[in-house]
Amino acid sequence: MTSPILDSRPRAASAARRAAVEAAAHRIRRNALFMGEVQGQGYVGQALGAADILACLYADQLRFRPEDPQWEGRDRFLLSTGHYAIGLYAALAEAGIIPIEELETYGSDNSRLPMSGMSTYTPGMEISGGSLGHGLTIAVGLALGLRHRGNPARIVNFLSDGELDEGSTWEAAMGAAHHRLGRLTAVVDINALQADGATAGVLRTEPVGDKWAACGWRVFRVDGNDVGALLEAFDAAFSEAGDDGGAGEGAPAVILCDTKVGRGVPLLEQREKAHFMRIEEHEWSICVEQLEEGRAAREGQKHQEEQA
Amino acid sequence: MSTAAVNTPRLKTSAMIASFADPGQKTEPAPFGHALAAAAEADPRIVGLTADLGKYTDMHIFAKAHPDRFFQMGMAEQLLFGAAAGMAEAGLVPFASTYSVFAARRAYDFICLDIAEPNLNVNIVGGLPGLTTGYGPSHQATEDMAIFRGMPNLTIVDPCDSVDIAQAVPQLAASDGPTYLRLLRGKVPTVLDEYDYEFELGKAKVLRGGNDVVFVSSGLMTMRALQAAAALEKHKVDVAVVHAPTIKPFDEATVLAELAGDRLAVTLENHTVVGGLFETVASALVRAGVTRRVVPVGLPDEFLDAGALPTLHSKYGLSVERIVAKVLAELG
Repeated sequence: MTSPILDSRPRAASAARRAAVEAAAHRIRRNALFMGEVQGQGYVGQALGAADILACLYADQLRFRPEDPQWEGRDRFLLSTGHYAIGLYAALAEAGIIPIEELETYGSDNSRLPMSGMSTYTPGMEISGGSLGHGLTIAVGLALGLRHRGNPARIVNFLSDGELDEGSTWEAAMGAAHHRLGRLTAVVDINALQADGATAGVLRTEPVGDKWAACGWRVFRVDGNDVGALLEAFDAAFSEAGDDGGAGEGAPAVILCDTKVGRGVPLLEQREKAHFMRIEEHEWSICVEQLEEGRAAREGQKHQEEQA
Repeated sequence: MSTAAVNTPRLKTSAMIASFADPGQKTEPAPFGHALAAAAEADPRIVGLTADLGKYTDMHIFAKAHPDRFFQMGMAEQLLFGAAAGMAEAGLVPFASTYSVFAARRAYDFICLDIAEPNLNVNIVGGLPGLTTGYGPSHQATEDMAIFRGMPNLTIVDPCDSVDIAQAVPQLAASDGPTYLRLLRGKVPTVLDEYDYEFELGKAKVLRGGNDVVFVSSGLMTMRALQAAAALEKHKVDVAVVHAPTIKPFDEATVLAELAGDRLAVTLENHTVVGGLFETVASALVRAGVTRRVVPVGLPDEFLDAGALPTLHSKYGLSVERIVAKVLAELG
């Protein structure tokens, strides 16, 4: 479904890029588990599912200055889903925007890392999410405003498939296409899970791609836990984003990412899917072990393939 | 034509935005639109947005003067205010207009969390505040101030006339946090030029002194208060008028000082008596330990009728005649 557009980067992401992002995704997962263990709870399942997307963005795609989170030229990453903050904190630590040691304060009193992400608390957190269906409306204004001011920064709004229930998401989807916000990219985490159960049973959103296309967006749909596919989609989505001196007046892009809640930890992948996953005290160490084993097995397999 | 119609012509509901100016009254066309266009000349950060109501909120004047700084968001109020927040995050100073009912009722969550919580300089412009249309509850924002008063950080301004609006706009743009302006649009009466008065954000002003009664009023009811005060002179009743266009933060010092004596105290507002000026004044008095009676002139706590504006203003007690009668009854 990718558009035939010019791209300064190679069409298929190089092995080195993929490897770097996969390593970052692993560290984000490990840090999310660590934060969950400290807190004894948390939206770990969502963080594990979205880790590959966040790693693609913070280890490969986004332009930012870790020492200056307010740098005017930074690409803006807007987290609509406030409860995914655990994943974003891990990514911000990976990006060097917040110190790794601070992660252990997650969800504690006086911490800069509250359970639901808020811009007034955390460096690198652009908006306060949590009331779902807001992020894309803010993203539209930010894209209009930055373009108006001649700032070529790109805007990425991360939203969940549950947010597609909200009418405001579609107000914003029409507005972005109407105003030809070519530097705006929406990333939808389709984990097919909402607070009350499976998305298909709560409020049917499929065919999701057709809906965005009908609103005038460039649509990509990928396995959101496949780093190679994600990089390819981001490369394509951003190539029209007008950061090459263009006016930034193309169609906005949406990357629909099918992800797996708890990805990378079989214990959680196989557990009954829940919006707020309960993990017993003794299970945290099992989760970390499984994560490390999986990573080691994949690396070993890769090594063998290279040898062969 | 029936004889009844000949004998007592029934007033008709006028256009969506009915004028509340009296026949022959001095008016100013589209004071908000012109003031915003002028403010934008001085401040390049100012932009204008609307949700398919540019012509009905005088935003079209700004759009014509600054087409590259005007953004049409469509009939999508959640997008309107979410996008206004985003534009403020980008360093701009947005004025976003729609009707007060849609801002307060449809888009509250977006104004609250995306604008007020981060304390952004977004200026919400709401048309048809209170009872300024005969279209019924779908268009009459009789409880907008009650809704918005509970929102932290939000400044609420209820201007009286074209003078207030013209002077308020640059001050709203210059103040850091979010504001809500109860817009009067179209041919807006010019009243306060007759007084030694200037709009100051956050301040109440004494427009005239009087020994028997003190009116504390906001919005278009200050115009009615002044007219009622003049009419009461004929009844040998001496009425002071305190205009309090900033509802929040409220100028308690000025108002409490005026309510310190034993003059009959009357609040006048184009809003339900629940949660607006009356309760703002009452709570200020109670907190200061002042025990005194305050008579509210305002809309009843009910959904209002449709109809012609003069009929409705008379029915619900906002007309000069009803105010005069109420004061005389209170004075016995």
